[in-house]
Amino acid sequence: MSEKIYLYPMWIRLWHALNAILIILLIITGVSMQYTDPSNPLIRFDIAVKMHNISGMILTLNYLIFLTGSFITPNGKYYKLTLKGLFPRLMKQFMFYTFGIFKHEKAPFPVTKESKFNPLQQFTYVIAMFMLVPIVIVTGWALLYPEVVLTKFLSGSGLRVNDFIHVIIGFFVSFFMFIHIYFCTIGATFVSNFKSMITGFHESH
Amino acid sequence: MTSLITNRIRKVTVHLLMAVFIMLLTSLNLVAQTKQKAVNAAFNEKCLKCHGQSKYKYLNPESGSEVTKRMYLETIINRDLFAESNHKNFKCTDCHSEDYDTFPHPGRLRMESKYACIDCHGGDEKYAKFKFEEIEKEFQSSVHATKHADDFNCWMCHNPHTYKIKTRSEEKIKDIVAYDNAICLNCHADITKYQMLTDKVNPNIIQKHAWLPNQALHFKNVRCIECHARANDSILVAHNIQPKAKAVRRCVECHSTNSILMATLYKYKVKEGRSKAGFYNGVIMNEGYVIGANRNYYLGLLSLIMFSCVAAGILIHASLRILKRKK
Ligand code: HEC
Ligand code: HEC
Ligand code: HEC
Ligand code: HEC
Ligand code: HEC
Ligand code: HEC
Ligand code: HEC
Ligand code: HEM
Repeated sequence: MSEKIYLYPMWIRLWHALNAILIILLIITGVSMQYTDPSNPLIRFDIAVKMHNISGMILTLNYLIFLTGSFITPNGKYYKLTLKGLFPRLMKQFMFYTFGIFKHEKAPFPVTKESKFNPLQQFTYVIAMFMLVPIVIVTGWALLYPEVVLTKFLSGSGLRVNDFIHVIIGFFVSFFMFIHIYFCTIGATFVSNFKSMITGFHESH
Repeated sequence: MTSLITNRIRKVTVHLLMAVFIMLLTSLNLVAQTKQKAVNAAFNEKCLKCHGQSKYKYLNPESGSEVTKRMYLETIINRDLFAESNHKNFKCTDCHSEDYDTFPHPGRLRMESKYACIDCHGGDEKYAKFKFEEIEKEFQSSVHATKHADDFNCWMCHNPHTYKIKTRSEEKIKDIVAYDNAICLNCHADITKYQMLTDKVNPNIIQKHAWLPNQALHFKNVRCIECHARANDSILVAHNIQPKAKAVRRCVECHSTNSILMATLYKYKVKEGRSKAGFYNGVIMNEGYVIGANRNYYLGLLSLIMFSCVAAGILIHASLRILKRKK
């Protein structure tokens, strides 16, 4: 019988559910705008623009909640990267995922109350939450108010550069999501991690 | 000691050389400037000494004294803009009566008939590429001409003293858009000019286009005629302005790969760019970014490759997990 630890407080679960829905909406509408096809639109262009803008605005608020939560609740400590020995730890986890897992070795960094993420998880979450998502948010707002931000600081071509960054980093966020969701299937059972994100309790291997 | 002297000599020669160089440059510059001046610039000063600024002087023969007066705003002609215009080499009196060289101008001159573009350009081989006849035909079926037949003429959009070719030039898209839109806004954002033609209330352009998101950005990057004139492949600038009900409203007309902008605003650049760079998207990429319309081919390819790698990675990992699972 596996033991259960309470890892995901209510606010994280709510934040995460909203975050997931919004990011999926943003990806679908974003891709739909980037690859519009008038004869056969995934979502009508103006609707896609509106949905994308509104989702982006709500995502910003939600992100601010996450940011605040990371500072004022103990959950923030899981995101503190220790640079010392980071690479060997990442490698160890990587080797586990590429080889160990198939030989049914024990996970090198078991989930505990003190460290809920393994090094690779922690690293990608930090990159996603403190680099990629903020960049997409900032460039997104800049696109909403080009006259305020871009033309003033970057003159003519600023908008284009900004647009490219938004699109490229947006792609990275979607890559993150696919990989993230896939790795969440690696749990005690195929679905146990998804269950934990609903109940809050983590089930160990 | 000797080194000090040679140093000084060296310095003097350098200074001398520099002076000569600068003199050469300025004289070259002068030559260039005189060359740039339009042929009849000096002649036109006869008119511009009065029409070139906001005041003019004349000699009152009765009192014998010089009188200074304000020039009516509409009759002021900007020297610099005239000197850059298509018709910069003209004498004022090529288009206006010779009799204007007397002051006060004879009253009957008010009734002088003006040339139309077609009077000079019609049937002229040299201007065949502009297709004046076709433009004339398109203009005649536009809202402006059908609603205000004789009052509305080419000069109302092509200011006789400032009109200059823009679209067919190397200038930046943004500048072309600004120039062309100013032509329309000249009336559509100015009640007095608008009401020269009609007693209607001038519709507020900003409000009427409130449905367009990022309106300010759109008006800076896209011309009014893109949405309001029916495209005609045989001319570069569409002149058939349609009634408002027929205006382009669907976003995908522009925001898609077969964007109408390729056939209108970007047409000239695309044509030029293709012959120069061979890769037409490149030209547009450098000037504007119309979401949906210009995708970077390489960026698309890269994301596709990356996406496939991620998918393949996940697939392989998942299959291995299933194959090697604990029995
Ligand atoms: C001494 C000053 C003076 C000079 C020189 C002068 N003008 Fe004028 N012009 C005026 C004034 C003032 C008006 C407005 C009053 C009027 O219409 O007579 C005017 C009006 C005009 C008009 C508008 C007439 C209308 O239809 O109302 C034209 C066209 C014109 N001038 C052309 C010329 C040309 C071409 C020359 C040069 C050959 C010239 N002017 C030289 C002072 C001058
Ligand atoms: C290519 C022909 C052309 C040339 C060159 C030209 N004009 Fe004109 N000008 C016109 C036409 C056409 C009008 C009438 C515009 C209209 O009715 O909207 C006009 C109008 C005017 C007016 C009256 C403006 C008004 O709105 O009432 C003045 C003043 C004038 N021109 C002066 C000049 C002077 C001075 C020069 C030389 C620097 C000059 N023009 C050169 C064609 C020309
Ligand atoms: C009085 C005769 C005359 C009238 C009227 C006239 N043009 Fe012209 N136009 C010329 C001549 C001559 C040139 C060539 C000028 C030069 O090369 O210096 C020219 C040049 C041009 C050019 C530039 C051609 C090039 O290859 O650079 C354009 C465009 C043009 N005209 C458009 C118009 C339009 C539009 C109108 C009416 C609104 C008009 N013209 C009215 C005689 C005229
Ligand atoms: C409602 C405004 C409007 C009217 C009226 C109008 N034009 Fe134009 N025309 C434009 C605009 C805007 C351009 C684009 C100028 C540019 O960017 O070079 C243009 C461009 C042109 C050009 C240059 C096209 C090229 O291939 O480079 C010619 C020639 C021309 N017009 C002729 C005419 C003639 C002739 C008439 C009258 C029968 C006329 N226009 C009436 C707005 C107008
Ligand atoms: C000389 C002034 C003037 C200029 C320049 C001008 N317009 Fe107009 N325009 C008018 C007037 C006046 C009307 C109203 C016609 C009516 O209904 O009587 C009008 C009507 C229109 C309409 C039709 C609106 C409806 O009710 O269906 C459109 C569209 C339009 N203009 C677009 C343009 C564009 C685009 C340009 C520039 C290429 C332009 N106009 C330049 C004066 C102007
Ligand atoms: C993206 C396309 C687009 C652009 C760009 C655009 N318009 Fe329009 N415009 C429209 C549409 C669509 C309507 C009809 C709106 C309606 O019926 O409510 C319209 C309406 C109008 C009207 C009629 C207003 C009325 O109700 O009588 C005028 C005049 C007009 N536009 C002028 C302009 C001018 C001038 C510019 C450039 C500064 C411009 N438009 C740029 C799409 C556009
Ligand atoms: C006539 C062509 C045209 C039409 C119609 C048009 N757009 Fe645009 N749109 C453009 C151009 C051009 C740009 C600016 C490209 C640039 O920044 O260089 C733009 C920019 C935008 C942007 C800003 C993107 C950015 O890079 O910041 C949005 C959002 C947008 N359009 C949405 C819409 C929507 C929604 C509609 C329909 C209601 C629409 N557009 C209709 C041509 C058009
Ligand atoms: C439908 C889409 C998604 C699903 C099904 C999903 C699933 C999960 C699951 C099961 C967990 C718990 C396991 C773990 O801690 O690793 C988790 C945690 C997490 N997810 Fe997601 N996720 C989704 C989308 C996203 C997106 C789009 C982001 C960010 C852009 C994201 C960021 C995170 C973060 C930061 C955590 C850790 C939260 C914490 O405990 O502090 N997720 N997710």
